[in-house]
Amino acid sequence: MQSEQALPELLIKMADDELIIGHRNSEWTGLGPVMEEDIAFSSMAQDKIGHAWALYRILQEHFNGSDPDQFAFMREAADFKCSQLAEMPITSYDFSLMRHFLFDHAETVRYQSFSQSSFTPLQQLAAKIKGELKYHTLHADAWILQLCAAGAESKGRMQQALDNCFQLAGGIFEQGEAEEVLIAEKIYPGEAALYQQWLNNISPVIEKAGLTLPQMTAPVYGGRKGQHTEHLQQLLNEMGEVFRLDPEATW
Amino acid sequence: MNESLDPRVNRLRLNNSDGSFSIEEGENWNVFEVFHQEKRGAHHEHVGCVHAPDANLALIFAKEQFGRRKKCVNLWVVRSADILAFDLEDEDMFANNPDKTYRDASGFKVMDKINKFKAQSK
Repeated sequence: MQSEQALPELLIKMADDELIIGHRNSEWTGLGPVMEEDIAFSSMAQDKIGHAWALYRILQEHFNGSDPDQFAFMREAADFKCSQLAEMPITSYDFSLMRHFLFDHAETVRYQSFSQSSFTPLQQLAAKIKGELKYHTLHADAWILQLCAAGAESKGRMQQALDNCFQLAGGIFEQGEAEEVLIAEKIYPGEAALYQQWLNNISPVIEKAGLTLPQMTAPVYGGRKGQHTEHLQQLLNEMGEVFRLDPEATW
Repeated sequence: MNESLDPRVNRLRLNNSDGSFSIEEGENWNVFEVFHQEKRGAHHEHVGCVHAPDANLALIFAKEQFGRRKKCVNLWVVRSADILAFDLEDEDMFANNPDKTYRDASGFKVMDKINKFKAQSK
């Protein structure tokens, strides 16, 4: 298989992750714990949707893909390649913050690797959103450290959130079928390498916060093959509700 | 008593039966003043405030609150309580300023001399 076939697989799973977690995090808009955090979290959710859009555009321009809006709103759950971590309901703020921490560090590692990519559009996108990702991880790290230093109940909840999220986060790094081609053509270093770098990056924060990093014993795979929980279809129904009233409408 | 929509108010536990309440150290958040810098070397201008548990998170909040629309290269945050200001009643110290026009730079008539010097040095 050539990279012309393998690259869309990579782009779609990344874009779907961004769209779905962006939508999930936007569910906190208006409900955040305090106004300042509400604005920050909503703003970052918008950034994620922007990243998804940029990746769908690359698919459209370079791989004869469909219109980004159509692609985002008209597919069914089984066509989505997001990790199951992204589709989980927002639950409570400890869960959402921990998911944000784990996901955004994974995202950062991935885009950092694209600064060396032989596929120019990804290299350019990585350069463009570098500053956004820097803020996202800064925000996540600060909250993790803050809440782990805010008493026994708070720290206990953060540990519980980490335990709940960790195997799901492992699913981000589920290997793609045609990954070897992408590695050989120096498009990106592959999921195993990204996973290792991710562990290297999150471990010092986890340690500083006084949390215990679980063992990755049973990463939740399947999302990259279109296997999802019931939560994804519910999310898609809600997200695309207005769009599907008139898919041809111009916005 | 109904719960407030603001968690900071709820943390005060105003509905204690004996009418007393206390705030533990660090329990309630501080107000931080935010200063915005539009380009390197320019002054930081006061743009508003944020609530935060410490300066670190105040800066993180300030970034989205005040640094996401117009051009911005940096921000400062300062705990409002750390700012020293005059009392309102001391405003009379400044009362006669408008009379003292000799302190305005515009009071000096120097352009004639400058233009003459420029003409000479050509």
